[in-house]
Amino acid sequence: MRQGSVFASPPRSPVAARIVGALLAMLFATCLSGCGAINRVPTLEEQAKSSWSEVQNQYQRRADLIPNLVETVKGYAKQEQDTLTKVVEARAKATSVQVDASTVSDPEKFKQFQDAQNQLSGALGRLLATVEAYPDLKSNQNFLALQSQLEGTENRIAVARRDYIGAVRAYNTEIRTIPGRWIASFFYPDSKPMETFTATPNSEKPPNVKF
Amino acid sequence: MQTWQSASPAPSKQTRKNSAAQFGTRLLAPLAALFFLVFSGLAHAAEPPFPPLNGRVTDAAGVLPPEIRQRLTEKLKAHEDKSGDQLVVATVSNLQGLTVEDYANRLFRAWKLGEAKRNNGALLLVAPNDRKVRIEVGYGLEGAITDAVSKVIITTAIVPKFKQGDIPGGIEAGADAILSIMAGDAEQWQRRAPVRSDAVNGIEVVFWIVVILFLVIVVWRMNSSGGGSGGRRRGRGGMVVFPMPSSGGWSGGFSGGGGFSDGGFSGGGGSSGGGGASGDW
Repeated sequence: MRQGSVFASPPRSPVAARIVGALLAMLFATCLSGCGAINRVPTLEEQAKSSWSEVQNQYQRRADLIPNLVETVKGYAKQEQDTLTKVVEARAKATSVQVDASTVSDPEKFKQFQDAQNQLSGALGRLLATVEAYPDLKSNQNFLALQSQLEGTENRIAVARRDYIGAVRAYNTEIRTIPGRWIASFFYPDSKPMETFTATPNSEKPPNVKF
Repeated sequence: MQTWQSASPAPSKQTRKNSAAQFGTRLLAPLAALFFLVFSGLAHAAEPPFPPLNGRVTDAAGVLPPEIRQRLTEKLKAHEDKSGDQLVVATVSNLQGLTVEDYANRLFRAWKLGEAKRNNGALLLVAPNDRKVRIEVGYGLEGAITDAVSKVIITTAIVPKFKQGDIPGGIEAGADAILSIMAGDAEQWQRRAPVRSDAVNGIEVVFWIVVILFLVIVVWRMNSSGGGSGGRRRGRGGMVVFPMPSSGGWSGGFSGGGGFSDGGFSGGGGSSGGGGASGDW
């Protein structure tokens, strides 16, 4: 009877096996998700960084187009010297802002960059608005080509900014929510949340035109 | 006694069921967490409802007569078969409150025009009700169809006909102009930005070959030295399984290049960064 009870009492061992099985499954699942998440933090960081370099790229492209535009407008609209000077100054200021990889995680530097670029956008918008008063300039082939390139660049800037905002949102969410947050603090202590663009109050309004 | 005995197994079955249920929840909880992790990463910002990509000419606004649609489709297909560049003509009845630039870019990305590796797609979008037109150019074609060229096509080929009320004529003239630019001289072809291609780099392949070779050499050395010292040589008995790169890792890079069959037309995974130009009439 005793022996029978010893052999007949394995009800315990399947339960233990189940617990062990469940623990193993949990361990496996956490490992699996952990492995994915471990790579996700730097992957998202790289995506955000490459989106950032695209933003910089397009702003640089705009800055490169401006001297040509200013020269072309100068030939036709000498009386707009004031507007032209403002564009040149804003461009000089925007290109003088030091931008590197750390800019994105430094709110102050990021704001500086954004403000300088917004200022340039404003000055450029005012210049293009004054051009309306010069039919000769408006029909100049060189000017038309420059204008379409500038429009294209502004559009690319908008797309690049949108992509950057999306990439940063994914990255910031990853390092602020739970598995990613632990992983980031353990494996990637250098990873910091990145700054993102705020909607500019002036960009919605058309520029003021003074004649 | 009998009633007691017969009653006793029942609770034990109950507990077993409970533990099985518990086991199930224990297994489910991490799995659910895993699924959540996987899918939360895939969540996208809400996109406006886009018309489905029906073919090379997707006339959602219904402004093209069938014979022009047919003729355009043939032209576009002929060009794509020759060069691989994918030009799609689309009309939409409504821009969903977006600017034509924003809408065209999102539509381009939703349809994934052009091949994934070359991003050689272009989209001619016309919104007759909003009186807007845009040429949206994929990354890989930005060198050939520049913003300035797109603007010239819009202002000289498309808009004059639109102003006369000839929407189909303007669309066809615009598509012809884009095709002629795409089929331009060799210099233009060479200027296409190869930098933007998302091709698989050879370095990765070389890296894996080196790693595998290294492992083979190490194992071979170990086997030969182990055989010498251990004395009990097993010959070919020792099995070493290499963790090969999974097929997912390899195919991920190679797939995506779109082979377009005639049956179902689709984009090949290309993207656009907002190149091109737009106009109105």
